Amino acid sequence: MVVAGPPSSGKTAVIKQMIRHLGERDRVAYLKIDVVAAFEDEEIRKEFGIPARKVYSGDMCPDHMGIMITEDAVSWAEREGASVLIIESAGLCLRCTPYLSGALGICVISSLAGTHAPLKMAPMITFSDVCVVTKTDLISQAEKEVFRESIRRVSKDMDIVETNAIQGTGLKYLYRILDSAPVCGDAGSLELRGTPPLGVCTVCVGKKKAGWRNHFGVIRRLEDDDNIFNGE
Amino acid sequence: MRFSDGITVTVCPGRNRDGRPENFEPIDIAPGDTLSIVGPTGSGKTAFINDIEVFAQGDTVTGRRVLVNGEAPPDEFVRNPARKPVAMITQNTKCLMDLTVTEFLSMHVSTRENLLDNAVGEAIDLANHFTGEGIDADARVSSLSGGQTRSLMIADAVVISDTPILLLDEIENAGIFKEEVVARLKRRRKAVIFVTHDPYVSLLSDRRIVMRGGEVRSVLRPGGSESEALERVRQIDCKMAEIRERIRMGEIIGGVPL
Repeated sequence: MVVAGPPSSGKTAVIKQMIRHLGERDRVAYLKIDVVAAFEDEEIRKEFGIPARKVYSGDMCPDHMGIMITEDAVSWAEREGASVLIIESAGLCLRCTPYLSGALGICVISSLAGTHAPLKMAPMITFSDVCVVTKTDLISQAEKEVFRESIRRVSKDMDIVETNAIQGTGLKYLYRILDSAPVCGDAGSLELRGTPPLGVCTVCVGKKKAGWRNHFGVIRRLEDDDNIFNGE
Repeated sequence: MRFSDGITVTVCPGRNRDGRPENFEPIDIAPGDTLSIVGPTGSGKTAFINDIEVFAQGDTVTGRRVLVNGEAPPDEFVRNPARKPVAMITQNTKCLMDLTVTEFLSMHVSTRENLLDNAVGEAIDLANHFTGEGIDADARVSSLSGGQTRSLMIADAVVISDTPILLLDEIENAGIFKEEVVARLKRRRKAVIFVTHDPYVSLLSDRRIVMRGGEVRSVLRPGGSESEALERVRQIDCKMAEIRERIRMGEIIGGVPL
């Protein structure tokens, strides 16, 4: 299972509830992908006594990192005797979708992010199987409804679960989805659900000058504000 | 099922913290009812209203079941905030958006179908009956006081959400006219459940649910037996409000004001 969502959206709180639920039946392993620092693995190991680890991407994009190590992670979880592996993304890029074919994709968004947030995170939402909206106990009824409408605009039939993840309210609908999640096949055959953004230019290999005139490869000018790159 | 037709919610017993069955007759909550939930901190008050908020079906820590018109409600009632027959308003509930009162309420109206044109005006008018600090239609929601915000949210739930049941979690310190809230919600056939430590709110309610150790210990129906106490507590409450106002205006309170 891949859990994605922006920083501080409540991914770890949702995952802890998932572990509590899944732990009744399955042995769960947990992997956190982050850039320079993460503590969630220690927290989860201490609280649940399950195999938990982290990996830092450092200079690499964390979602790129996640894509690279997926197969290794599945083998690690198997060696640990786990039947479920939960991968938590760093949650930095709203365009990458680290979700995998054959593995449940869970998107976690905080309702505090504002009613336009779902529109800004469209790819992260549309490629997921279920969208968990956290911290709904803190916002007004009106904003809750508009937030939901906003998700529906991005993905009309998205399964939306609203929760106060610390208390675990409303998560029974997520558990239903977890309980009927598909069994992931051979780790070597996993595929990404979406295509990651293009990233092949001289910035990607370390050139620090700003401005498109200083670079070559996939470049953009201010006027080229299109979502699709059409080549130079 | 339309909300305005009125629904009855029934809370059925679950288990206490030691896993023993709770011993109370199922509690019916019908349109116009006023209940308060009382008990020490940690006695299970919040768990009780959370059960109602999520329409528990034996799947929360308390094991209670909450029925709508005698049956388990459809998923839609729980999952879609626009269809949910319950609105919970707590001290934590906030309007995050930087909008005016009118824009905020209009935004809510825009997600609804079949609303009267004057819903925004009606909601502001109702909110102004709940608070002494006037709410201006052009004021920014983010600049409202705690009392104004709570008043606006209650009015929003009543007029725009048209929610049959309101759960108000410890809102007594927010500076709202409690008696006015109780009377107007009753007149509009809304049920209201207070989680409260406030004697006046407790005495204003038709029923008191007494919590202890995670279970419903008893359900009191004082009838008229507390009317003298209610009157006295009302006077004290008024007096307290008056003193609060004088302190706010910078007065020295000499003598014994009560």
